Amino acid sequence: MDQHINIKVKVWRQAGPKAQGHFETYELKNVFQGASFLEMIDILNEQLISEKKDPIAFDHDCREGICGMCSLYVNGHPHGPDQAITTCQLHMRKFHDGETITIEPWRSRAFPVIKDLMVDRGAYDKIMQAGGFVSVNTGGVPDANSIAIPKPVADEAMDAASCIGCGACAAACKNGSAMLFVSAKVSQLALLPQGKVEAARRAKAMVAKMDELGFGNCTNTGACAAECPKSVSLANIARLNREFICAKFQD
Amino acid sequence: MWLFNSSIGRKFVMSITGMALVLFLLFHASMNFVLILSESGYNWICEMLGANWYALVGTMGLAALVLIHFCYALWLTFQNRAARGTSRYEETAKVWGVDWNSKNMLALGFVVLGFLCLHLYNFWFKMQFAELTGLHTGAFDPQNGAAYVKYLFSGVVTADNFDSSMLTMPSWSHPVYCALYLVWLAAIWFHLTHGIWSALHTMGFNNLIWFNRIKVISCVFASLIVLLFAAVPVYYLAVFCGIHC
Ligand code: HEM
Ligand code: SF4
Ligand code: FES
Repeated sequence: MDQHINIKVKVWRQAGPKAQGHFETYELKNVFQGASFLEMIDILNEQLISEKKDPIAFDHDCREGICGMCSLYVNGHPHGPDQAITTCQLHMRKFHDGETITIEPWRSRAFPVIKDLMVDRGAYDKIMQAGGFVSVNTGGVPDANSIAIPKPVADEAMDAASCIGCGACAAACKNGSAMLFVSAKVSQLALLPQGKVEAARRAKAMVAKMDELGFGNCTNTGACAAECPKSVSLANIARLNREFICAKFQD
Repeated sequence: MWLFNSSIGRKFVMSITGMALVLFLLFHASMNFVLILSESGYNWICEMLGANWYALVGTMGLAALVLIHFCYALWLTFQNRAARGTSRYEETAKVWGVDWNSKNMLALGFVVLGFLCLHLYNFWFKMQFAELTGLHTGAFDPQNGAAYVKYLFSGVVTADNFDSSMLTMPSWSHPVYCALYLVWLAAIWFHLTHGIWSALHTMGFNNLIWFNRIKVISCVFASLIVLLFAAVPVYYLAVFCGIHC
């Protein structure tokens, strides 16, 4: 049964991109375990505001696990200790009375801190702009049967497309690698007939941008897929490697 | 050139050199295993791979592979540390499904390299190098590999022609050599159970269906190589124990 618990929250505070950050610990009493994790931070922020302190800056938007805006490294896990959910889907029943919860921003060279727990994930947008699209005009909506796609292929493309671009993969990776994200974005198009046409160009452009932005080299440890809120599969990384290596051999 | 300036290209070099070394290890392990089956068969192999031009070309190739693999390992690890940024996480948790060896490939590589130096001194220097230069580096004829391996691991001397003034190893050192080689093999096993699957994945050979199969294949392949190698020191350790215990 959900109860009311008393907790301590150890939060990373950093006034701005260039400022020196530090941890600050706050006490929070009577938090209902049925509350979501972000609601807990809202309550904490109200408490801070009533004490005339600066509230904690953190990213969030949809609060239903679809936009990819929420982040947070909670107790050593991106998106918290639960599996296959985003931070906004995390609930306080995952924590117990008297616990100290550590909350940190994503830490990766390509994701600089803007303020407190908020980081700049614009690097992922830049990778998308470099090639994560289909450049032909697709015209009006054709009849669904005009291009037949086998169900397993459609499913795999759909699973790759479930990536919400949250950045947890690079945040979890000991090498700061963005390969899971890039491979999901390459796969969702490369698997389908409309996207296949430009698959080689797309893989080359997106990998080049990823490298330029300072992400690391993937060593296949698998932390990304284990921590990904959408359970995007490592098999996508093999597909990206394949697309990229074949494209380079063809040049 | 994409093999230098793209992350996947650098990983590709790592995986190609790694897999080439794996194939060499399989070849090497099979030859070692012959020693247990037949000493004369083993000496025939030693003669074949002594100071012949093809053995020398092979040795140079291997040295190049190890050097490239090592330099890329350092380069990649250095770049990856930099990509993490300057601030480290205060708290990190164990992530389900991430193997310990996959996060410590460089450290395992250093252990492998350290023992490799010992191994080159023990065997390459006393066999191929000795044969090349005609230098007197050990008690046995450099082509009598069987007698030398036997002496190193068990202390037993069966050659007809040897220099007894160079048989200076104290008897306790034979089982210590066996143990050292077994520790080395353990490090290789950890390096390869991750390494083989990782290399295949890097080269693009993987998908949803083959995912677990490739992990199992790598584990079986790595274990096969390590067991073939381990058979020799274990066998002579048993011989040693039969004499001394
Ligand atoms: C007998 C010797 C060796 C063999 C057979 C071997 C084999 C392999 C293989 C197959 C891989 C996988 C490549 C990939 O992930 O794509 C690998 C990776 C690696 N090796 Fe070795 N290796 C050997 C020696 C070494 C040495 C001496 C070092 C360095 C000190 C080293 C450091 C590494 C590192 C750091 C990786 C991980 C690279 C990555 O995953 O990106 N290895 N090795
Ligand atoms: S692959 Fe997963 S962890 Fe990475 S950005 Fe997409 S949803 Fe987030
Ligand atoms: S706030 Fe939209 S996914 Fe969490």
